[in-house]
Amino acid sequence: MTLARTQTARAGFRLAFGGGPLPLYLGGAILLIWFALAVMAPLLAPYDPIFQDGTARLQPPNSVHWFGTDNFGRDILSRIVWGARIDLQIALFGVVFPFLIGTTLGSCAGYFGGWIDTVLMRIIDVVLAFPFLVLMMAIIVILKPGLSSFYVAMALVGWVSYARLVRAQILVIKSSDFVLAATSLGYSHSRIMFRHLLPNAILGSVVFSMSDAVLVLLNGAAISYLGLGVQPPTAEWGIMIAEGQSFITSAWWITTFPGIAIVTLAMGFSLLADGLGELLGVRE
Amino acid sequence: MSEPILSVRDLSVVAQVEGTTHTIVDQVSFDLQRGEILGLVGESGSGKSMTSRALIRLLQSSRLSVSGGSAILKGEDIFTFDERAMRDVRGGSIGMIFQNPSSHLDPVMSIGKQIAESIRFHKAVSRKEARGRAVEILRQVGIPDPERRYNAYAHEFSGGMRQRAMIAVALACDPDILIADEPTTALDVTVQAQILKLLTDLRDTRGVSIIFITHDLGIVSQICDRVAVMYGGRIVELGGKREVIGSGRHPYTAGLVACQPAEGHPGERVRTINGQPPRIGHMPAGCRFHPRCPRVDEWCSTVCPDLVTSGPGHQVACHHPIPHTPAEAAT
Repeated sequence: MTLARTQTARAGFRLAFGGGPLPLYLGGAILLIWFALAVMAPLLAPYDPIFQDGTARLQPPNSVHWFGTDNFGRDILSRIVWGARIDLQIALFGVVFPFLIGTTLGSCAGYFGGWIDTVLMRIIDVVLAFPFLVLMMAIIVILKPGLSSFYVAMALVGWVSYARLVRAQILVIKSSDFVLAATSLGYSHSRIMFRHLLPNAILGSVVFSMSDAVLVLLNGAAISYLGLGVQPPTAEWGIMIAEGQSFITSAWWITTFPGIAIVTLAMGFSLLADGLGELLGVRE
Repeated sequence: MSEPILSVRDLSVVAQVEGTTHTIVDQVSFDLQRGEILGLVGESGSGKSMTSRALIRLLQSSRLSVSGGSAILKGEDIFTFDERAMRDVRGGSIGMIFQNPSSHLDPVMSIGKQIAESIRFHKAVSRKEARGRAVEILRQVGIPDPERRYNAYAHEFSGGMRQRAMIAVALACDPDILIADEPTTALDVTVQAQILKLLTDLRDTRGVSIIFITHDLGIVSQICDRVAVMYGGRIVELGGKREVIGSGRHPYTAGLVACQPAEGHPGERVRTINGQPPRIGHMPAGCRFHPRCPRVDEWCSTVCPDLVTSGPGHQVACHHPIPHTPAEAAT
């Protein structure tokens, strides 16, 4: 099964330069656009994202402020473009740390089994027993609200899904013949684990990490919305929605545009995950 | 004769199943000379693979263990080695090729990298040098265009090429001994012949000794120098290929040879040995073969025969070996 899967994977990588699945290109394009916007924010944003223009408060979208202004007279478009930097960073770091911790611990649990496996699985059970957001909030509050605390909390809570995913894969392939052959060449446990087992086991996690990025993004926005993540006046989509919600009936544009930004970025990740899954032959 | 490169004495492997201990390999002893191809023949479950895997302590289950014996490799008993020293033996001194090359190669690492990895793991060489050697080995095992094939993956190779690649991986660190566990069983006949040719060539050019595990007597007579016939976890006959295959003295060996479909006798029924090989946990007392043996008597069912010399370099474990000379027949 693993062999067939990796065969599709290899074929797929070549396919990617020709006629891969449509969601892959679509998702990739959306992400690329957001990435470009984030990188070139200083050039593209028409205004300073935290500059407050007292003369232009709560202006609806017009030719000067395309997406309108908020109650402090800040330009929404500029704040969204600058906010992309923060939100992409959230999606990246919020996934990378749990991914690294989860795959390492998961492969140890799967490969060695025994008490290591038992202890890790019980820890995972404990983490999963708490509602995700509640646990995150508790950790962030203990540490001090802020973006770095968010990453720490994300790493502490998010690794469990990766660990379980990788462990299950390792369990399947650790008894396969090429592992026996690697042992017959005298390789050490760590070499077999990280050089031979993990590359064969990680595809599922890579695909999952893309859809996980969506959840992390929404989480980041939610945490910021609750005032525990990014602190004002920094431009971040979650905060913008939080700040704009009291004006939702009178100034819809304050919340709507950052909302659309979150939705499109999330959709980009989601489509990419779908396409990648299809390309690599991985089904979640 | 010169000093053997590997000398195995009284190797036993036991399995613990639900509190009881079953002997799977029972006091197997043999010598392997430098540059020799030793055939290990037997039915499924006769312990031939288990014997070879026990040598490099590659027993896949914690229930299996080597319970006794010694294996002297270049003057040292490898059964006394700890796990770290054993790693140098595996791949370094003893290489292993398996039956199914498609599943014994890592699917997501290129063939060349797998060879280079083995070289770099066992020897202190630079990345570039390892690559050069890997290409050279690929060339030696007969893979065309090795420079380009270095970056190919296992699934891009055909069955025979994969087997060549696996041989290349096993040969990467220039082992003294190659254990070939039914390396041609999964291949078709023409490819099989090529692989056998390759193995004998490697023996001739590199002087590597080969333990060749198979159940195909045809292959044995093609490439082996000596043969050990195994039955029920014991070696029942050991000797030169010509003696064992041509004039086997153990009734089991004779039965195996008789089972080969003879050429030039179409329509004739292929002969078989009656009965089933003994199952683990149900080993008969005395000689393991006695329930199926045509030459059986009471003695056979009580006393297990030892391997005794019956001719120059020829040993047989039977109370009533088949006579091949008039003098023998008289005794």
